[in-house]
Amino acid sequence: MVNSTSSKANVLMMKKLLIFTLIMFVFGFALVPFYEKFCELTGVNNLLKPDVLTKENRVDESRWVTVEFDANTRGLPWQFRPLQSNAKIHPGKPVDVMYEITNNSDREISGQAIPSYSPRNLEKYLKKFECFCFTKQVLKPNETRQMPVQFVIEPDLPVDIHTVTISYTFFELPGSSSAVKNDR
Amino acid sequence: MAAVHGDAHSHGHDDHHPSGIMRWITTTNHKDIGTMYLWFSFAMFLVGGTLAMGIRAELFQPGIQILEPELFNQFTTLHGLIMVFGAIMPAFVGFANWQVPLMIGAPDMAFARMNNWSFWLLPVAATLLVSSFFVPGGAAAGGWTFYPPLSTQGGLGVDLMIFAVHILGASSIMGSINIITTILNMRAPGMTLMKMPMFVWTWLITAYLLVLVMPVLAGTVTMLLTDRHFGTSFFNAAGGGDPVMFQHIFWFFGHPEVYIMILPSFGIVSEVIPTFSRKPLFGYSSMVYATASIAILSCVVWAHHMFTAGMPTVGQLFFMYATMLIAVPTGVKVFNWTATMWRGSMTFETPMLFAIGFIFLFVIGGFSGVICAIVPIDIQVQDTYYVIAHFHYVLVSGSLFALFAGAYYWIPKWTGRMYNETLGKWHFWLSMFFFNLTFFVQHFLGLAGMPRRIPDYNLQFADFNMVSSIGAFGFGLTQLLFLYVMINCIRSGEKAPQKPWDGATTLEWTHLPTPAPYHSFEKPPVVN
Repeated sequence: MVNSTSSKANVLMMKKLLIFTLIMFVFGFALVPFYEKFCELTGVNNLLKPDVLTKENRVDESRWVTVEFDANTRGLPWQFRPLQSNAKIHPGKPVDVMYEITNNSDREISGQAIPSYSPRNLEKYLKKFECFCFTKQVLKPNETRQMPVQFVIEPDLPVDIHTVTISYTFFELPGSSSAVKNDR
Repeated sequence: MAAVHGDAHSHGHDDHHPSGIMRWITTTNHKDIGTMYLWFSFAMFLVGGTLAMGIRAELFQPGIQILEPELFNQFTTLHGLIMVFGAIMPAFVGFANWQVPLMIGAPDMAFARMNNWSFWLLPVAATLLVSSFFVPGGAAAGGWTFYPPLSTQGGLGVDLMIFAVHILGASSIMGSINIITTILNMRAPGMTLMKMPMFVWTWLITAYLLVLVMPVLAGTVTMLLTDRHFGTSFFNAAGGGDPVMFQHIFWFFGHPEVYIMILPSFGIVSEVIPTFSRKPLFGYSSMVYATASIAILSCVVWAHHMFTAGMPTVGQLFFMYATMLIAVPTGVKVFNWTATMWRGSMTFETPMLFAIGFIFLFVIGGFSGVICAIVPIDIQVQDTYYVIAHFHYVLVSGSLFALFAGAYYWIPKWTGRMYNETLGKWHFWLSMFFFNLTFFVQHFLGLAGMPRRIPDYNLQFADFNMVSSIGAFGFGLTQLLFLYVMINCIRSGEKAPQKPWDGATTLEWTHLPTPAPYHSFEKPPVVN
């Protein structure tokens, strides 16, 4: 027979284990906010990550950077140009620039632009809030369209860089196949 | 209890207890409860096995012959749930009930009444699960892992499954609390922790894993239930929830769960191998530490089940390396078993055959596990028959073979009678042959791309599937032989001596007569 002291010890043990069980039950539910917070902090669940201008964005007034805008077409009869060829800005200051495309042919054509940057590591410091690249553009015969690009070059840009180039090249999309939808 | 009190039939002991059916319903004796656990789990094993036969019959040929796809899905789902929660886990609890008090010199389990309760919850849960086939919409059909959105959309069958899982979880938690308290508080004088038999050690660690993760599973199914009926959106993307989060929470339970099903079998094998090698277990303390390391590691590898669910590369790498790390303590165990046999005076009675078969086949399952842990390969074999082959090698030829080894090993102590050695060996060799016939070819099917949980398949998979089905029918029939051997042993086996195995050293063989009396160790033995 179990004597009373050991039976007391058993009941104490059971109480501890029951409390532990209860804690683990609550822990199961606590995993929900924990999971959400974890995803938020690490950004693993943000499949679309649009760039936004943060409030603490600072402007480096001490230096100037020249941004040159470039536009090309490859294999489609469009005229494509920026409305201004360059801009002189302080890093950190948001920039608006307008591009214009004209379909010079007599057929409807869909095209899509891809960006490229010079110097290559500019992408790290470039935040775009609005852009037409990677988005399908359908132009009727002789249609002209203006498209804005909004971006900021972060002040972290190395100081030895004085001139950067943002270039877009339009390619024709075969048929009416849909292109990748993306804000960038 | 208003029941008939002790008559001449009740095991001839001076203590009086109800007879007939009331004896079993009201019993608080660890041996009675252990017996009920074992019979219950065997019954569930036959139910789950019947479902498996249905699955393999459908897959015998390409095309839909026997089971409509919807019913096929119910079969695979319930096969998994019943085998995991109804057959394997209760069988190990049955062994714990019988053996833990006997091996540590305790008179009974710590909480005898709770022990009775935790058993009698099981038939209720099993009834809910099995009866869900007959409700409108049929049983749960979204796989045994019941991922949403399928599990938030299913019919009444899913609700029955959720309640069954709640009840099974409660039963497991109570069983674990009982086992932990018994082991920590009721050991015989002189039985220090590091003198405990390996089986007791593995169960202590398993019981801790159970109280750690079973409540999390209870929480998960509760969230599923409130998502289904009370308007919450834990897992419903339309309401701001996240179905992938379900997988994380489920596998936080689910991965330790697979070790819950294998650690006690490590314990059984660690008793059987030394006995039939007539040598003490090699590296006892490293076995204890290896078991503990496996248990701890098992809690940080869950997302290797989800490599294709979307995860940053860093996450994939972490879970890949952590998973591969488990192979180290597992390798220590396999090394120790082999070293125990090295230069031992080995004999090959049925328990030993099953234990060696366990080592041989479990290592194959372990290696295919390491292969599945490699992210680029796992992305290829995810949800294919390769995974099916892997986990049947660790669950059937792992857990189940160890259960068979334990049943043959201890049945003389439980019943006082010997089983038929010839038939036992037949059972082993037929199981070994048909098991490999069933599952080895599934590796090839999986590598060739055959998906799991689909009732039909491409013609290129036809030959191997037919081989696998033939193996499965043979394996199923062989288990009826096991039933016959056990009944034959209980009814008319030869009388067993106190210690039928020369090499046995644990308390139940050295200090107790055979069969073990209804009340044992009322005065604790002294261990030196």
